[in-house]
Amino acid sequence: MSSTFDTVADIIADTADIPREEITPESHAIDDLGIDSLAFLDIAFAVDKAFGIKLPLEQWTQEVNEGKAPAEEYFVMKNLVARIDELVAAKAG
Amino acid sequence: MRLEYFEMIDRVTAFDREGRSISVRSVVPKQSPVFEGHFPGHPLVPGVLLTETMAQASGYLLLGLMDFTHMPFLMAVDKARFRDFVGPDAALDISAVLEHEGSGYAATKARISVDGKRICDAQLRFRTMPFPEGLDDQMRAQARRIGLMEAMDA
Repeated sequence: MSSTFDTVADIIADTADIPREEITPESHAIDDLGIDSLAFLDIAFAVDKAFGIKLPLEQWTQEVNEGKAPAEEYFVMKNLVARIDELVAAKAG
Repeated sequence: MRLEYFEMIDRVTAFDREGRSISVRSVVPKQSPVFEGHFPGHPLVPGVLLTETMAQASGYLLLGLMDFTHMPFLMAVDKARFRDFVGPDAALDISAVLEHEGSGYAATKARISVDGKRICDAQLRFRTMPFPEGLDDQMRAQARRIGLMEAMDA
């Protein structure tokens, strides 16, 4: 998996006190890792700082709540990592 | 300051939208029930109330920067350091600067000084949420009372 995955998994392990080996590309941050909304804000802060981006958490949450996107789209690790890579690329471009 | 009412901010002395910072002044009261227990015969402002003071300064900064569209609620205190004691009558200079505006949260750095000497500092984070019903009017009134609106217009 990418270095983005490793960085994000390290952040989650450190921030949410989850054993690093439990975090895989298929892990669902909420359903599998048990990360709550407050912990996710902690993770977002660390991710924002690490990658120099702004995770659009409010937009994602709204889309999920309104049924416009499945939660897996943003909260399964491999998809979260893909979204982060997109944001980093958009910033660089 | 009215410690027992958690009214920690006396006056906003400067608000810098471009610099994303605020300066605030507060004077510790001569007497307060807080001092009866903390500590008997040796009155000191508790560290939690100094933290609350930094949080309120940061909160008014965020309210101003967001033009009162959202309410900041304290969610994390990092790297808090209390470097000296604060007693009755101390005039506190409090400053806060926005470090990062995230989606649904914001991070600040804040500090308190007395006579130019640093007393404490911390990194604070706030969840920013739509106002609970009726609270925005209350916060605007409080902001007017402490001179935030005036400082924002200056």
